[in-house]
Amino acid sequence: MNPDDTIHWLIGRLGVSSLPILPAIENPTASELVGAGAASVAIFGAIGAVIFITWLGAWKTLWFDWLTSTDHKRIGIMYIVLALVMLARGVIEGVVMRTQQAFGLDGGFLAPDHFGELFTTHGTIMIFFVAMPLIAGIANYVMPLQIGARDMSFPVMNQISLGLTATGAALIMISLVIAQFSTGSWAAYPPYTGLDFQPGPGPDYWIWTIILAGIGTTMSGINFAVTIYKERAPGMTLFRMPLFTWTMLCTSIIMIFALPPLTVAALMQAADRYLDFHFFTNDLGGNMMNYVNLFWLFGHPEVYLLVIPAYGVFSETIATFSGKRLFGYNSLVFATMAIAVLSFSVWLHHFFTMGQSANVNIAFGIASMCIAVPTGVKIYDWMATMYRGRIRMSVPMIYAIGFFYLFTVGGLTGVMLANPTISYQVHNTLFLVAHFHNVIIPGVVFGLMSGYFYWFPKAFGFRLHEGWGRAIALFWIFGFSFTFFPLYVLGFMGMPRRSVSYTNPAFEPWMMVALFGAGLIFAALVSLFIQLRVSIRDRENLAVPVGDPWNGRTLEWSTSSPPPHYNFAVPPTVEDRDDFADAKAKGRAYQEPDAYEDIEVPENTPIGMIICVFGTLLGFALVFYIWWLALVSAVVIVVAIIARTFNLSTTRTIPAAEVAEEHRAWLAQVRATKAVTREAETKSTNHGLAGLETAPSDGEPA
Amino acid sequence: MKHPILHPGMNLGPHHGQAHYDAERVTFGFWVFLMSDLIIFGLMFATYVTMANPTGLAGGPGPKDAYDLTNVYAQTMVLLVSSVTFGMASLAMRFERGSGPITLWLCITLALGLGFLTLELLDFSNMVEAGAVPSRSGFWSSFWGLVPLHGLHVFVGCLWISIMMIQMRIFGLAPVIKTRILRLGLFWHFLDLIWIGIFTIVYLGALSS
Repeated sequence: MNPDDTIHWLIGRLGVSSLPILPAIENPTASELVGAGAASVAIFGAIGAVIFITWLGAWKTLWFDWLTSTDHKRIGIMYIVLALVMLARGVIEGVVMRTQQAFGLDGGFLAPDHFGELFTTHGTIMIFFVAMPLIAGIANYVMPLQIGARDMSFPVMNQISLGLTATGAALIMISLVIAQFSTGSWAAYPPYTGLDFQPGPGPDYWIWTIILAGIGTTMSGINFAVTIYKERAPGMTLFRMPLFTWTMLCTSIIMIFALPPLTVAALMQAADRYLDFHFFTNDLGGNMMNYVNLFWLFGHPEVYLLVIPAYGVFSETIATFSGKRLFGYNSLVFATMAIAVLSFSVWLHHFFTMGQSANVNIAFGIASMCIAVPTGVKIYDWMATMYRGRIRMSVPMIYAIGFFYLFTVGGLTGVMLANPTISYQVHNTLFLVAHFHNVIIPGVVFGLMSGYFYWFPKAFGFRLHEGWGRAIALFWIFGFSFTFFPLYVLGFMGMPRRSVSYTNPAFEPWMMVALFGAGLIFAALVSLFIQLRVSIRDRENLAVPVGDPWNGRTLEWSTSSPPPHYNFAVPPTVEDRDDFADAKAKGRAYQEPDAYEDIEVPENTPIGMIICVFGTLLGFALVFYIWWLALVSAVVIVVAIIARTFNLSTTRTIPAAEVAEEHRAWLAQVRATKAVTREAETKSTNHGLAGLETAPSDGEPA
Repeated sequence: MKHPILHPGMNLGPHHGQAHYDAERVTFGFWVFLMSDLIIFGLMFATYVTMANPTGLAGGPGPKDAYDLTNVYAQTMVLLVSSVTFGMASLAMRFERGSGPITLWLCITLALGLGFLTLELLDFSNMVEAGAVPSRSGFWSSFWGLVPLHGLHVFVGCLWISIMMIQMRIFGLAPVIKTRILRLGLFWHFLDLIWIGIFTIVYLGALSS
């Protein structure tokens, strides 16, 4: 072998030119500098994190208490941390794109390829590494607590799911520093993402990111569904489950059935790119319409996968902050299920213009419009819940009100787009971009942000700062409105989406308004981190150790904040829907059980981290054709999994005495705490014990 | 008295104690996984059907030029019999005949599984000689995406059977070993089911059109 071959064998198609910093030095245009700046932020961010953890002396804690933990609560928190880091990148990319288009009349500062990378990574990150980990994180934390379970059904698989999601996120962060990401958008339509048009590593990054993270999400879906079906506490019948748990059941069913099409589509694309297959190529019988169908067979259920948990969060917060039982519980459950089922019957509306007959189009158009019906039912149910309730205009309620107004607009523009004749007029314009941001931001983001605020005190034992919380909510509401309403207008004016620049000066003023809105969203992002910092600083004043700061109605509020590893000292016996509200009213809450029992909890294991690290290496090696590394990583993963099955002692026992001691200490704390009324909810006297108050109208009319 | 059935498929029965009750959650979870896997196969089948036309063949060799029904029939029989032998292993476990008969039936199943894979590889090599390779056309891409995917599943199944035989020797018939064999059984029969689809749709379907 000559030296060139050796190097090629060793590092595949990696080369010095893969680093974006070097072209920026050779050719310092604004576009290259932005790219190099982003790469440096990623590098310095990683170095900074390492230094920070070392400075805290927290490596041991990080490894033993977090990375190897199988506790659903810790896994949930790690998901959310991952999502917040990725949110920062996603929002900044959005702001850069808005800035480019604001100055994009006859040019702008970004090169077209760079703009293409930006909208590709922005979409991929926001869907797969912000919205989905936020949902997985909140669900992981909250859902087992809501049904009175000790953990998920498969705690180790849960850890592996997190590891695979982190793998995908790591690959997409590496793409910032080494070589370029795909320019083919998050939907990655071939043949443009095929070898003929993008021979570089970009689409390969997308493929392996999606496949690895997608497998993780499928496993999460299985885990959530089995947990909900099999781990409920005694008395927790399906129709006593809190609405958030119901929505997670629907979402996990979608995960189980809708992620496989994505995996198949991405694997076929990989076969085309790596093994000279012809699934989607232009020549030799490839058929790109198969890709489009497969992708949206995933893609449309996916958007409901995202928004349904947000409906669940709103169902919890609106009931809690109205001090009332949820109105129309049954109709909400059936509406959610109806949406989950219908979500599989509408995928074709993403490509009305791609050659089907008018009859096929209209069938899918009608199916799409039908989804508005159960969604409307929900909105009315939530409003009826608020009617004559004792409403506190706290942070989650601000989000909820913003959601009502803005999401309804987004839903209505969706009904417009569901009409094929209108879709023909506005397809591929900014109208569409405005529409889906209008459902995803007020729906998914508002929902998850209010969920983050609502359950944060449960996870950490102190509330988030109320004032900053309100500021963030308002920044999101107004930021969204200023950014995306102008895009509707621009869509009607005919501006195509994904344009790096334009020549019509009439677009410019609207773009400036959108840029102002993007600034507000950026302010929301910054405030989110300030809020966290301020709340950690003031945690003594915000502490709610008793665990029920909002006069909550469901089981997760009936345990301490943060809850012990085993969640409940004894499994709760459920007697009513909104069981904890019922327990407080009837004096069943905070009782000492007759007897305590030993509790078995899963042991820590490094398997998730092994899969995360070697999964990342595997993905990286495949992107750069480093075959030896790919083989080694794959072998390590397989051997690690097999070796794991030879370990049969995977649990440890917490003795009853220890459980009793912890539980009695908490009960003593409960008795020593002064209960507060809802007037004092946001004050420092709120230690998480709610005083008994009767609502002016108790629940649904008889 | 009839005992309540805890999960779909063969239940171990209450005389197995903990293993019987542990099986409820893990077997249910495995069924859910199989449903998800079934979607993958379903979509591969759908792709194959959309490619089985002159456009998809792109002037290359067609099904009649490459498929050898005799071999495929032999593969079918070997795999179907292996499902029966696995069933015998499951029954031996359910009726507590000890690890001897279970190991014996698993050995036979493994041999049949490996026999299937050998026949399949032979078939594949003949197809390559006939020019029916994935790079030739969209149709052959869809074939090579589907049938070897099933073969890969069978290979994983064989690996799993071998691991279970090792673990039975080390741990005996511990509850977790029993529930693993229960799930392995579901997996093995599932592969049979997929093969029925492959035999009918991929081979007979394409040859008859």
